[in-house]
Amino acid sequence: MSFLRIFFVGGLISYRALFNWIRPWIYIPTMLGAPLFQIVFFTYLGRYSQAADDDAFFIVGNAVQVCGMSCVYGMTMAVANERWFGTLGPLLASPANRVAVFLGRGVPVFANGLLVSAFGFAVGAVLLGFRPPLHSLPALLLVVSLTTVSCTTFGMVLGCIGLRSKDFFFAANLAYFLMLLFCGVNIPFSVLPGWMSAIGHCLPLTHGIEAAREIAGGGDLADVSGLLWTELGIAVAYAAAGYLFFRLLETASRRSAVLDAF
Amino acid sequence: MRYLRLIAVGVSFRVREFTVSRWFLLMCLLQPVIFATIAFYMFKAGGRPGTLLYAALGAGMMGIWSSTLFGSGGALQWNRWQGTLELLVAAPPPFIVVLLPLTIATSITGAYSLLATVFWGRVFFDVPLHLVHPALFLLAVPAAVLSLGLMGLLMASSFILYRHANALSNLLEYPVWVATGLLFPLALLPGWVAPISWLLAPRWGIDAIRHSALGGSVWFPIAMCALTGAVYLGLAAVFLRVFERAARARATLALT
Repeated sequence: MSFLRIFFVGGLISYRALFNWIRPWIYIPTMLGAPLFQIVFFTYLGRYSQAADDDAFFIVGNAVQVCGMSCVYGMTMAVANERWFGTLGPLLASPANRVAVFLGRGVPVFANGLLVSAFGFAVGAVLLGFRPPLHSLPALLLVVSLTTVSCTTFGMVLGCIGLRSKDFFFAANLAYFLMLLFCGVNIPFSVLPGWMSAIGHCLPLTHGIEAAREIAGGGDLADVSGLLWTELGIAVAYAAAGYLFFRLLETASRRSAVLDAF
Repeated sequence: MRYLRLIAVGVSFRVREFTVSRWFLLMCLLQPVIFATIAFYMFKAGGRPGTLLYAALGAGMMGIWSSTLFGSGGALQWNRWQGTLELLVAAPPPFIVVLLPLTIATSITGAYSLLATVFWGRVFFDVPLHLVHPALFLLAVPAAVLSLGLMGLLMASSFILYRHANALSNLLEYPVWVATGLLFPLALLPGWVAPISWLLAPRWGIDAIRHSALGGSVWFPIAMCALTGAVYLGLAAVFLRVFERAARARATLALT
């Protein structure tokens, strides 16, 4: 019971504390405005380049990828800002279960990422004429949710960098842009070199985006089950890596007394 | 003359400051190269390799805009955080002369991205580097950079009262890439976008650079760079006068 309380309530409280500066005039331009124009930009670039047969390729790819606005940046800050705000010491001095502490702060980030992605699909529908079959929407929601989870766990790994380094925003920004390149968001894998494709298939988003495209094109969950299991496996792997990284850096930081030092 | 010296020293100082910043490294080298690579592969997938130089130049201009947007838009906010904004405002020269080198330096630093995307395209994607008007190209690039620097001055001056300028900067990056046709022609967009693009220096900057590289009229877009730059400078002077006065009167200059 204590685990669940720390996981959900602790996660929510930490989010409210660490993101207390979020206001509508910050949230709307950053979390909704930027993804909106990203989707429009790449859809028009896709039309001009003729990289795919229809707009749906770019709309789905970017609408799923924009969950990274929350999952990559938000999750990075949800971990790294404890150090920035000077609360890392008290947090780690508490006897709370580390798994609950670490994974719990991903819950609000996940919810926000899902909202941003849903907004992205709405942008596609309203501005760009994206019309997936109505019966595919529940399956699409499931696929996007799973992809958002894997992206959140990836953000956890990046956030751990902030436990030791000052330049965690640099890493988060670079990761967000590289995901655009490696994860098949706008480029068909058939034209990417093998090594780029191999990296892309080890990252979150890639399989989720592929599954979302199939679902939006009229496929059902059974057709994409392999992709979804792979995306889930990637999510678990990044969550485990993030947790291990977190514990390793915690131990190392305690040993060298650099918890709050910059 | 003293003001010219101040501007020259200021530009030199700021360019050196930005050149060692990892943030600007990301904005001016890594991000444009990543976007150029995405564009190269998209054009390759669409079987349009002849557009690669077009894409390289456009992606470079995207980097100049990002550098100017985040650098100039965030200039006052950074000085607020560092506690130096009041000192800059209180300095004897007019504030616009203090601010101008900073915004021009952001666009000059952004010009690294043009070099980076063209070099990257040449080395890794065999982008042909034959310039139709090489001499005019050397004139078009500084004209574009200067007009963007003056646009940065206008942004910095109008963001002085807005404490969340970084959020506004996050919003404005993609729309200008879209509305100025940096990676695809404006003809693809709805008709109402074109008049908006006439007001934006990046549109004339990329036209000047592209026409000098790929062929087309160069002098008209260069003249438009000069005209838009002059308008930005005039507006920025007015805005700075009004907003700086208002911020000092309300004692909100240093509030973050």
